[in-house]
Amino acid sequence: MNARARAEFEILKDRERCCDCGLCAKQCANGVYSVTKEGGWRIADEKCVNCQRCVEMCPTGALKVIKNRNAPRSDGNWHLQAVREIYKQAETGGVLLSSMGNQSDMPAYFDRIAVNASQVTNPPIDPLREPMETRVYLGAQNREVKRDANGQIKPEGGALRLEVPVMFSAMSYGSISYNAHAALARAARELGTYYNTGEGGLHRDFYEYGANTIVQVASGRFGVHKDYLNAGAAIEIKMGQGAKPGIGGHLPGEKTVGDIALTRMIPPGSDAISPAPHHDIYSIEDLRQLVDSLKEATGHAKPVFVKVAAVHNIAAIAGGIARSGADVIVLDGWRGGTGAAPTRIRDNVGIPVELALASVDSRLRAEGIRNRVSLVAGGSIRNSADMVKAIALGADAVYIGTAALIALGCHVCRSCHGGKCNWGIATQQPELVARLDVEEGVRRLVNLVTAWKHEMEEMMGGMGINAIEALRGNRLMLRGLGLSSRELDILGIMHAGE
Amino acid sequence: MEIYAKGMSCEQLNEAVRRCTDKRIDIRACNGQRFIACAGAGRSINVYGVAGNGAGAYMESGELRVYGNAQDALADTMGGGEIYVFGGCGDAAGYAMRGGEVYVRDNAGYRAGVHMKAYDKQFPVLVVGGRAGCFLGEYLAGGIIAVLDLHNEAAPLGEEAARGMHGGRIYVRGEVGVPLPECTAARRAEAEDMRLLEPYLRKFCAAFGGDVNALLADKFTVITPAENARAKRLYVSN
Amino acid sequence: MEERFAEGNVRIPAGCAISGFIHRDGRLSDGGAIITSIATMRERSNGLGGGFAGYGIYPEYKDHYALHLFYADKVVKRECESFLEERFDIINLSKIPVRKTPGVVDAPLIWRYFVRALPTRLAESQLDEDEYVSRCTFDINTHMKGAYVFSCGKNMGAFKAVGYPEDVGEFYRLDEYKAYSWIAHGRYPTNTPGWWGGAHPFCLLDMAVVHNGEISSYDANRRNMEMFGYKCNLQTDTEVITYIFDYLVRKRGLTLKEACAVIAAPFWHKIERMPEEERARAEYLRRNFSGLLITGPFSVILGYKGGLLAINDRLKLRSMVVGEYKNTTYIASEECAIRAVAPVLDRLYAPEGGEAVIAEVMR
Repeated sequence: MNARARAEFEILKDRERCCDCGLCAKQCANGVYSVTKEGGWRIADEKCVNCQRCVEMCPTGALKVIKNRNAPRSDGNWHLQAVREIYKQAETGGVLLSSMGNQSDMPAYFDRIAVNASQVTNPPIDPLREPMETRVYLGAQNREVKRDANGQIKPEGGALRLEVPVMFSAMSYGSISYNAHAALARAARELGTYYNTGEGGLHRDFYEYGANTIVQVASGRFGVHKDYLNAGAAIEIKMGQGAKPGIGGHLPGEKTVGDIALTRMIPPGSDAISPAPHHDIYSIEDLRQLVDSLKEATGHAKPVFVKVAAVHNIAAIAGGIARSGADVIVLDGWRGGTGAAPTRIRDNVGIPVELALASVDSRLRAEGIRNRVSLVAGGSIRNSADMVKAIALGADAVYIGTAALIALGCHVCRSCHGGKCNWGIATQQPELVARLDVEEGVRRLVNLVTAWKHEMEEMMGGMGINAIEALRGNRLMLRGLGLSSRELDILGIMHAGE
Repeated sequence: MEIYAKGMSCEQLNEAVRRCTDKRIDIRACNGQRFIACAGAGRSINVYGVAGNGAGAYMESGELRVYGNAQDALADTMGGGEIYVFGGCGDAAGYAMRGGEVYVRDNAGYRAGVHMKAYDKQFPVLVVGGRAGCFLGEYLAGGIIAVLDLHNEAAPLGEEAARGMHGGRIYVRGEVGVPLPECTAARRAEAEDMRLLEPYLRKFCAAFGGDVNALLADKFTVITPAENARAKRLYVSN
Repeated sequence: MEERFAEGNVRIPAGCAISGFIHRDGRLSDGGAIITSIATMRERSNGLGGGFAGYGIYPEYKDHYALHLFYADKVVKRECESFLEERFDIINLSKIPVRKTPGVVDAPLIWRYFVRALPTRLAESQLDEDEYVSRCTFDINTHMKGAYVFSCGKNMGAFKAVGYPEDVGEFYRLDEYKAYSWIAHGRYPTNTPGWWGGAHPFCLLDMAVVHNGEISSYDANRRNMEMFGYKCNLQTDTEVITYIFDYLVRKRGLTLKEACAVIAAPFWHKIERMPEEERARAEYLRRNFSGLLITGPFSVILGYKGGLLAINDRLKLRSMVVGEYKNTTYIASEECAIRAVAPVLDRLYAPEGGEAVIAEVMR
C-alpha cells in the first residue's frame, strides 16, 4: 500500500528526445521500463535504484533520474528515510539489508585534517624531477639480525613489496563478478601491489596472479585448502569488517551457482554461511593458534595479515594481535563498504578508522611493539589526501574497495545485495557481467592508482619528504580543523594555528 | 622414522616432521605439541600420547593415528585423509572440514563438526564412538556426522545440536534425547540411510573393534535439514 | 610506558592458560608440579604475566592473615607499614624470598606480613575480621599509590609477576613451599601490564581466582559490584569475577554451586525444561542477581580454603579439562598440562558449560 511513497527516485523521460529505441528497457535489470499493451512506455519508479545505467546509455540523452519530488510529510525527527524503512519492515517483517558503506553524515575526520607544506625553513621537493620513493614493505620487520659464518648479514623474512601504498581490499568472487576480479588481479600486477580474494576462494583462472594476491581465510573457510594458502603472497585472517563488525555473512543458495560454488568449494545452490566468529577463535591465544597453524601449513613462508573492524577497544585488540605472531594488522573503519550488511549494524556499530588508526598506532608505540607489525587502514579511503593523512597518522599502507569499484564503473547506487548490478560489478548474471570490459577496467584502475601516486608525491614533496617511511606516523604534518581537544588528543595532532 | 617428542617444542617437532622424508613417522611421548600433520599429505603419522591443538588442520591426504586423546581444533579445515583417535577429542573438532574422515573412539567435546561441508568428490565424515558435546554440527552444510554413544555415559548429544544446519546428515544411535531446531527434521534411519553410513561404521569397527553387524542392526536416528528450512527469508532490501 | 595506558587506567582484556590441582587427602606437595604443568601450555601465554597460589603453605601462622604486598619504593613502604601498624597486630614481617631469574626483571619490593586485626580497632569498626581485613586491603589498593596488597588470606598465598609462569615460579622459589592445593596462570594480555599487580591469580581473603577469556558483560558486572562497595581498580575480568564470588558467597550466603548458577545461569529455554522446584530455584537465582550474569568466554579456577572450584561460561567458549588420579583432582586449560604431572589418570573429562566442578579436602 505504500509502493509509491517508498519510491526514492523518479524518472523523467523527455518525450521529444526519446527515439523509442528501447535500449533503456534492455539495459535495466531492475525492470523499471516496460511496454504497455497499448505500446506506450510504463515506468516503475519504485524499482529504480538510480544506478544511472539507462541515463548513460540512452543515445539521445532523453533520461534523467531525480530524487522523487513527491514528498510525503517528514520532519527533523521522522526523516523520510526513517518512515520508508518502517513501511518496508511492516510489510515484510524483514531485517533491513543495505550495501556499501555507512552513509550517515557523522564526521569524516579526514575532511577535518589539514596537511602541512614546507616554507623557508626547509625546502619542498619537486617530485617530477627529483627522486620520490613510495615503496613500502609490509611484514617481517625488526627481526633479529642474523649473520653467516663470514659475518655477513643473512637477509630473511618474507615481506610484501608495494610500489605504491595502496592495495585492493577483500571483495569475494560472488559478491563481485569474475570480470571485476580479473580487472583487480591484473591491475594489481601492473601496479606492483596486491588484491585480496575475500572469502570466496580463488578462481582457478587467477592462480597465475598469485604473486599479487592476498588470500583470505574467514570464518566459513570457503575455498581454503593447502594450495590456496600457498597460492598467494600473503594470507589474511578476516576477523571482522568495518561495515558489519561482529556479524557473519550469508550468500544465499540462489547466488552460489556455477563457478562461484566451485571456487567456494561448496555444492551449487547451497547457502554459503560465514559464522560470526571463527569457531576456533574465542580468545586472543586462539588467534595465535590460527596464525601459527597457517604458518605451519605454508612452511612459514607467507606473512599473515589479521583484519579487524575498528571497534571501541581496538587499541587493546591490536596490541593482542601484534603479539600473536601476525605480521600485518588491518583496521577497517565503520565507513567501510560491503556487498550486503544489515542496515542497523552498518550504520551504528564500530568507530571511524581515523580514530582507530591513531589510537592503535599510539598504543603500539607506547608499548614498544609498533615495529613488530605493519598497519593497513581501510574503511573509506576516497582519494590520495585520505591516504596521505592515514599514513601520517600511522598507517603503512591503505586498502581501497569502493574507490576501486567506482573506477570500474560503479555508480554507488548501494544495491549490490540485489545481485542485479547493471554495471557488471556486483552481479553474477552473465549478460550483466559481460558489460564490464576487463581491459578497460584494468586501464582505469591503473590510472586511478597512478594518479593518486602522483598526487601523494606532490604532497610529500610539499612537505619536503621524499620517502614514504618519513611520512609514516609523522603527525606533525597534520593539523585539525574545528575538532574538540579530546578528538585532537586521540588523533595525536594539534589544531591548525598551533 | 621415530621421533621422541618429550621436551620438544611444537616448532621443533613439526620442523623434524617436515624435514623427514619417510612415509611413516612415529611420534613417541607426545604431550600437547600443536599442529601435528598440519597440511599433511600422503604420509602416515602415528602419535603416542596427547596430540595438541590443531592436529590434522588443513590435512590433504594420508593418515594420522593418535594413540591417546586429541585436544582442541582437531581436523580444522581438513580437506582429505583419515584421522583415527584412540581416545577422545576436545572442542571444535572438524571445524569447517571439507573432506576426509575422522574417527574418534570415545567422546568429542563441544562444537564438533561445526560448518562441515561437502564439495565435489570431497565428503567429510566425523564418527564419534561416545557422545558429543553441545552445538554438534552447528551450520552443518554437508557430509556426515555419526554419534554412536557406545559407552552409555549420558545422552548421546549435548544441547543445541544442529543449530543452523542446512545440509549434510547427522546420525545418532538410538534417540536424540535433546530438542532439535526448527530447521531440521529427525526420523528413524531406514535401510537406504544405513547403506550410506555403513562403510564408515566398518572402518570404525575395523580400527577400534566392535561388531559392525550388531551396530548396523541397531536403531539410528537421522537428522537432515527440514524441507522448508531455506524458504524463510530474513531480510528486506533497503 | 605511558601512565595513561597503565593497568587500572585502561581496560585490559586477556587470554590465558590456567591449571590447578588439589590433594583431597590433605597431603602437601611443593610447587614443582604446578610449574611443570603450567609451563606445558607456553603457547597460551605471552610472557607478560604469570602467577600461582598455594593453600596450606603457612601452617605455623594458619590463624593469621598473610598479607603479600608490592611496593614501588621505600617511601610508600614506610607509609603502608604505619597504616598496617595502626590497624593490625603484626606478628611477623619479612621480604618474600626470591631467586634471581633472567625472565623476571624490574621487581618491585615484595613483602609479607602475618597479621591479626587489633582487637580495639576491630571492635570499634563493628565489622567481622574478614570484612575488616578486606576493607583495609581496598583502602591500600585504592588510595595508597605504589602499594598493592596482592594476597590477604589465611594459610594461603599468591605469588605473581610479569614474565612466563615457569620463570615466575622459579623466581618465587615455589619449590620451597608445600600446599594441599595449587593454582597457576599464564597470561596473554593485549597490552603491557604496567606493574605486577595485574598478573593472576587475583585474590581477596581466602579466595584466589585464575581465569581465561574475555567476558563481554564486564562493565555491567563492574557497575553492579561497585554499588556494593567493591573497587575495581585493575579493570580486569578476573578482579570482578573474584568480587562477585566474594559477594555472593561471603556476603549473601550462597553456596558455591548456587553462585555458579548466578554467574553462568542456564538459558531460559533450559530452565523452562527443568522439574518444577528446580526451575523455580534457577529462575529465582537468575532474576534475583540478574546484574551478575557473566557472558562471553571464561574458564575459571577458584581456590578457597580447603577446595578448588572450576567453571566454564555457559556456552563453554574456553576449553577446560578435569583429571582425577587417586586422591588428587587436576584442572587445566589443556589435557597436556595435566599429563605433564600425572601421566596416568583414573578419569579425564571436560565439564559442560556452566557446570561447576568442586573438589575439596576430605574431612
